[in-house]
Amino acid sequence: MHDVLIIGAGCVGSCVAYELSKYNLNVLLLDKENDVALGASRANTAIVHGGYDPDPNTLMGKYNVRGAKKCMELVETLDIEFRKTGSLVVAFNDKEMETVKQTYERGLANGCPNMEIWDAEQVHAHEPNISKDIIGALWVPESGVMNPWEFTISHVEVAVREGVDLELNQKVVDLIDQGDSWLVKTETDEFETKYVVNAAGVHSDEIHNLVAEPAYAIHPTRGQYYLLDRSQGEIVNSVIFPTPNEQTKGILVSPTIHFHTLVGPDAERIPDKEDTSTTRDGLDYIAGEATRCVPGLNFRTNIRNYAGVRANSDLNDFFVDFIARDILELGAIKSPGLTCSPVLAEEGVKMLKEKGLKLEEKSNWDGTRKVTRFKTLSPEDKQKALERNPKYGRVICRCEHITEGEIIDALERGMPVTSLDAVKRRCGTGMGRCQGGFCGPRIVEILARETGIDVEDVLQDKLGSYIITGRTKTNEKPEVTKS
Amino acid sequence: MKQEVICVICPRGCRLTVDPENDYKVTGNFCAKGVPYGKAELINPTRVVTSTVKIDGEKITRCPVKTDQAIPKKEIKNIMQEINQVNLNAPVKAGDIVIQNILNTDANLVVTRDID
Amino acid sequence: MKQIKEYELIIIGGGPAGLGAALSAHQNGLKDILIVERDIFLGGILNQCIHNGFGLHYFGEELTGPEYSQRFIDQLEDTSIEVKLDTMAMNLENTEDYRFVHIMNMEEGYQILKAKAVILAMGCRERTRMQIQIPGTRASGIILAGQAQQYVNLEGLMIGKKVIVLGSGDVGLIMARRLTLEGAEVVACVEVMPHLGGLNRNYVQCLKDFDIPLYLSHTITNIRGQRRVEGVTVQEVDSNGKPIPGTEKDYDVDTVLLSVGLIPENELSSEAGVELDPRTSGPIVYENDETSSPGIFACGNVLHVHDLVDHVTEEAEAAGYAAACYVKDGGCVTENATRIELKPDSNITYTVPQHIRLEDIEKNVRIYFRVRQNYHDPVQVLVRDGNNNQIAKFKRPYMFPGEMENIRLPRQLLDRVVGNELTISVEE
Repeated sequence: MHDVLIIGAGCVGSCVAYELSKYNLNVLLLDKENDVALGASRANTAIVHGGYDPDPNTLMGKYNVRGAKKCMELVETLDIEFRKTGSLVVAFNDKEMETVKQTYERGLANGCPNMEIWDAEQVHAHEPNISKDIIGALWVPESGVMNPWEFTISHVEVAVREGVDLELNQKVVDLIDQGDSWLVKTETDEFETKYVVNAAGVHSDEIHNLVAEPAYAIHPTRGQYYLLDRSQGEIVNSVIFPTPNEQTKGILVSPTIHFHTLVGPDAERIPDKEDTSTTRDGLDYIAGEATRCVPGLNFRTNIRNYAGVRANSDLNDFFVDFIARDILELGAIKSPGLTCSPVLAEEGVKMLKEKGLKLEEKSNWDGTRKVTRFKTLSPEDKQKALERNPKYGRVICRCEHITEGEIIDALERGMPVTSLDAVKRRCGTGMGRCQGGFCGPRIVEILARETGIDVEDVLQDKLGSYIITGRTKTNEKPEVTKS
Repeated sequence: MKQEVICVICPRGCRLTVDPENDYKVTGNFCAKGVPYGKAELINPTRVVTSTVKIDGEKITRCPVKTDQAIPKKEIKNIMQEINQVNLNAPVKAGDIVIQNILNTDANLVVTRDID
Repeated sequence: MKQIKEYELIIIGGGPAGLGAALSAHQNGLKDILIVERDIFLGGILNQCIHNGFGLHYFGEELTGPEYSQRFIDQLEDTSIEVKLDTMAMNLENTEDYRFVHIMNMEEGYQILKAKAVILAMGCRERTRMQIQIPGTRASGIILAGQAQQYVNLEGLMIGKKVIVLGSGDVGLIMARRLTLEGAEVVACVEVMPHLGGLNRNYVQCLKDFDIPLYLSHTITNIRGQRRVEGVTVQEVDSNGKPIPGTEKDYDVDTVLLSVGLIPENELSSEAGVELDPRTSGPIVYENDETSSPGIFACGNVLHVHDLVDHVTEEAEAAGYAAACYVKDGGCVTENATRIELKPDSNITYTVPQHIRLEDIEKNVRIYFRVRQNYHDPVQVLVRDGNNNQIAKFKRPYMFPGEMENIRLPRQLLDRVVGNELTISVEE
């Protein structure tokens, strides 16, 4: 019997698992996929938002500034890649400047610190490459860009190390009330638990509707992106937002933690929550809009297009409440969900305590994590790392200079890693301009060797995304169509 | 029946017409090299086959091989079947014969790389 | 991190370019030469190019890729050339007197080596699906031709059962045949240009021999399948390369093999301050393959993408010779030499070298270039100077973008150049 079962290992579920790992509890974290962070936490804008944007009367408004502060602490505690770049909301005309001023006021109401209204000269001094037509902007220094994969993964790695159980490939199909406990049924197994936390992201409404009357409807909203190579140099220093209007927050241009440039997203309502394909029209629209703010963007340096599906809903806020006895929902999590997730977890645990969950602190809990990022080390530290493990001396990913030692470290941090993309999310391999062209086969080999699985079972990403379809020379007769 | 053949002697890629009923007369050729090529492509087209065979190498498990001369095109499929049965033991040297006179084509299957 | 050893010459990359350059520098009198190779074998990309067709120009016989490189590897044995395998060049620093190459491997860790001269011979990488921006899902089963070649030929692993090939470059064509012979079904080869990307010979022997259809002026406009590829949409394109509505055709395949171009790999070069030519994506070089940074030379696919390895060897030997001169005499460069800029006309994509130092040309200079379109009928290559005077004229029976061309300009003709520039053009 588990004390708490968390459905969904995205950023929210993972923060809850981390938070609960502080206590003497039997906690189980479930996810329907073969790794954590495979929903909205995987494909998003990777921003720690300052907190000027949400309506002060929403949970989003209440949690954002607190969440940003918390995120900036967590990136230190958990050694998560982060750059405090600040962000700008830029205006092209007086009308937009009015909106910028309203945004400033809203930021003040939300407690967003150190904001400034800048004139054209200040804006262009800070961002020489943005459009000369921009007349002013809101400057939000307390914001930045973060590795969203590592954010989620690091929380789970520590949670697992501190005793939380993790089960992957477990899609919840039913919740059965057993009076004093719940039976959580997945496609293949059953788990008994006292409390349940629904953190199922874009699928939170489906879990909700298993035990309660519908309270909201998720409108899956797809956003597409370009990731442009750093070869152009850094074209922007901070996250550039256009002035939002009623329809959209607009296409932003953002530096990334790895000094590439991220451009996107559009917002398209789609029927299928899992449809993360990109489209020509969507990409063309993004390129056009982004060029308006930053004319020098070179889309020929594109190294990746991707899309994520956001859990927008008709609530226009998060849904945080008990939906049945001892089932807490942290649902309908849309932007700024990543920034707010540590706060959602803190608040969620508080609510579980109020419902009777006994929180008895562990005496030896260690909430920290440290990883070796070889290329960022000083020459002396590189030498020390190499003495510790010579495998830091073998570069596997040529574009990003990621070593075999770092890959093996990631495999040894307590979570199952079975795909190239899982390695990428942990180490940054294949993130560069060749997109795994060179390192793919090497990582397949390392994964097979280190985890003992057959090369044919190494995946690209989710279950079913196999890479290898067999071996040559298996003595089967080859089919030659014509001789 | 006249047949069209693309000449591969040079990158120009002349579209040759070969007439089997008229002593394999070749037309459409820019240079003289097209004539024997066009004729051979109809009478007995030949190809060099390159592939790999299994090997128990220290760092590598496939060894590249080739037929040391062109073999009749119609034998490619059968030769591939022969190649797929081979198990080599390392070390081997480039030029080592894997199968002598493979399928009586006069060609030998030879190793094309040193493998320890 | 200790500075260990000083070399006369360090060559970054042990493929055909690096091997050719090393042997040539050695023959021209250098003793302390180091080749840094990131793979566990010498030979570079040739190890996976198990097909034949290499060496016709250089050796006068047809060899496979491994045989071609084996001939150079065998020659190394009798020399003092040192080789470090499984070693990555991490960084390159340029100072006036020395080049510093940061290298790393498992045995020796991180080291900074010092060299009088450096030859860049890192080769190229494949253009990806993302660079040509095919929309759709990001399923597995979308694979680059060279990567597939590595899996199949070196590791004995198959990468698909039913395959469509995008791009008709030579590697794509060759892999269509390889996959067919290993039991896969290749349903089609699709090429966005109105002409074949690779050699006719490969079209005949890799596609036609196996009845694989080739669709020119077509491209893939969508990829389906959330996990593994399930299919693609192929569309015809107009003369601007834009897909024509109504021409969509679906193929159910589990694999998309991409052969959509190669890009010289110059991150190391540009970090060292070597100037690059956006047309070639390689360093801008003088007549002796010297880059804008004195003492740093470049050859092979890192300089510009070649179609024949024979030309790589030829270029590498020139670079090795030039580096040897540089080390021995502090360069062959005449001070304040007359610099002549080479300019490709609109029907030429690029020239290598991009400029020449007149006084440093002994007998003649070889200029490599590519044309932009197919010329099936005889053409003239015209060389004009800054005053629009014709300096030289070369006849060619045909010319194709897939074939790198070269001309030799004798010194005595160059002495007549006015305006310090030369324009190369092609006329029908």
